[in-house]
Amino acid sequence: MSQDQNKDQFRPEDHPNDHFLLSTVVGSYPKPKWLNRAKELHQDPEHGFDEDDYQEALDDASRLIAHEHERAGLDVVVDGEMRRNEMVEYFAHRIEGYEFNGPVKVWGHNYFDKPSVVSEVEYTETWLVDEYEFTAEATNRPVKVPITGPYTLANWSFNEAYEDEEALAYDLADLVNEEIEKLVEAGARYIQIDEPALATTPDDHAIVGECLERIVADIPEAVRIGLHVCYGDYSRIYPEILEFPVDEFDLELANGDYDQLEVFTDPDFTKDLALGVTDVHVAEVESVEQIERNIEKGLEIVPPEQLVVSPDCGVKLLPREVAYGKMANMVEAARNVEARLDAGELDVRSAPTPADD
Amino acid sequence: MTEYVSTTPGLFPLPDWAKDDLSDLKGHQKHDLISGDEGEAITDVYAEARSDVVDVQAGAGIDLVSEGQLRWDDMLAHPLTVHEAVETGGIVRYYDNNNFYRDPVVTDDLTFSGDVASELEATGALTEEPLQAVLPGPYSLADLATDEHYGDESTFLEAVADFLAGEVDAFPAHETLFLLEPSLVENPPGDGLDEQASDAIDTVAAATDADVIVHPFYGALEEKMYAHLLDADIDAVGFDFVTEQDQSLYNLQEYGATDDIALGLVDGQNTLVEEPEAVRERAAWVFDRLPVATFDTAYLTTNTETFYLPYAKFEAKLEALVEAASLAEVTTA
Repeated sequence: MSQDQNKDQFRPEDHPNDHFLLSTVVGSYPKPKWLNRAKELHQDPEHGFDEDDYQEALDDASRLIAHEHERAGLDVVVDGEMRRNEMVEYFAHRIEGYEFNGPVKVWGHNYFDKPSVVSEVEYTETWLVDEYEFTAEATNRPVKVPITGPYTLANWSFNEAYEDEEALAYDLADLVNEEIEKLVEAGARYIQIDEPALATTPDDHAIVGECLERIVADIPEAVRIGLHVCYGDYSRIYPEILEFPVDEFDLELANGDYDQLEVFTDPDFTKDLALGVTDVHVAEVESVEQIERNIEKGLEIVPPEQLVVSPDCGVKLLPREVAYGKMANMVEAARNVEARLDAGELDVRSAPTPADD
Repeated sequence: MTEYVSTTPGLFPLPDWAKDDLSDLKGHQKHDLISGDEGEAITDVYAEARSDVVDVQAGAGIDLVSEGQLRWDDMLAHPLTVHEAVETGGIVRYYDNNNFYRDPVVTDDLTFSGDVASELEATGALTEEPLQAVLPGPYSLADLATDEHYGDESTFLEAVADFLAGEVDAFPAHETLFLLEPSLVENPPGDGLDEQASDAIDTVAAATDADVIVHPFYGALEEKMYAHLLDADIDAVGFDFVTEQDQSLYNLQEYGATDDIALGLVDGQNTLVEEPEAVRERAAWVFDRLPVATFDTAYLTTNTETFYLPYAKFEAKLEALVEAASLAEVTTA
């Protein structure tokens, strides 16, 4: 399957333009306040709000946010990770070999339950298959599944059991591979591996590359695999990452006002680029025109066939109405840019290799 | 005979109850971090938490009691982020960790603050045990900050050293002063500045009669920096033997050492709790490889601050250090 076909499998039947800039999100979305309240009630032993009640609330929230993504017009949706608390904790609770010893500081009074790996990690239950199946059932749009990558799962844990972090990351990569096989069996076609830890230790890109080789082993080509990286110095990982066995790189670039764009001009960006076109650290909705200009930045790097639009990162820390506004404006901007591309009003790069199909 | 003394580089995790209470009282955003003029409710929580960590240290039987630096939301940048001549900029990464602090932007003269002295006063009122003061070393504090006032690197470093010396001068009686200098490893000073970094440490060390331990970590010093550091009038250099053994040993073998030494042998960033016997064996392993094997005092410590750890693991690490220091002489096979 060619790169174009891989992306075009997500093109809606009623897509209005010839060009198709797939619009999607990185994953997380603000939780409705009532869901947080429901969680508190569920955790309160004095209260009768039981497990079934809480599961129902989670189902409702997942359906709600998937529909909110539909309403914003996104081509590929997520449930906003309503069932997940934190990107490492969620998985560590489901992987044999992890234990929790209490919260640790990230900054200020922001903490997370950084888990410890105390024995060999094992796959004993599915992590996201239920989440995927529920969301796929709740929407008629394609659903993307974000998974925290093995390098980040290793790097953001205490390692008590493995010789080094690299060995732990490879074992975790094998588990991620197993999970993706199950997700593919359940129908998933778009998987995103999140590796924010790569930004802090860019010299480890070869370890991330080896992890990805393990992750994609025996996964059908039609399954789209993306890699999300954010808030780092990309010159330290580019062009090496082009060797990674993925279809798409999802990169945060709006936050730095595209000051790192130049990094990706040499050599040619040969993968699909999921460009961050709205800044998730600014609680103001960018105008459609502004986002259009941001999307055009992406066209300086890749031809339209390789361009995907998405926010810089998960939007869970934004007020919900701002998050929605950013999604809706992003989709409108993408459709406008597509129309101008159709009309031949924009200069574009040609694809690095001529299409022969 | 070497005397083994158990201690830590300070900057403890908050007890879990205090994490919750302070989250509620202060909030989670950048502008909610410690200001230096916090109100009574917040001050009370910190006082109780300080009392907790003093009790934990006493309970474990540690030889040198630290305040714990529980208020230091910005970790080693704290003495500047609460200073009136400093504006706090964006949230920036704390070395190579998944931790962040407010960038202190120095916009005016670094006059006397007294913030750390008052913490130490409060600690002295809680215990009869010898106190250990903790501060960032001048090079690290300057490295963590942004200067918009003094103009050039070397003037700024000197100003930070003078500021820290003024703070130390106001400290109540203390047995030791730990100066934490991770930036000497992580962002080593180039030619010329390395000698100034040593002079700057001298300036701070001269402000106290206590024993001064300079503790670089996240690895080992480059040899030239180490040689310069030995010129400073200090009592001990600390070594992060958890992260880097070869270069640490090389520096000791090639350049010798101060009369006392601090050995970072317990991992401040991993939850695996070391066996006390293993800690002492590692100390003996180091000493066996040195031509001159006797130090007056060997401080046994974690290699880094301990705020990276869950609270219960921090307590367990303290106990391991105390027990390691109290073991009878061990020899390696």
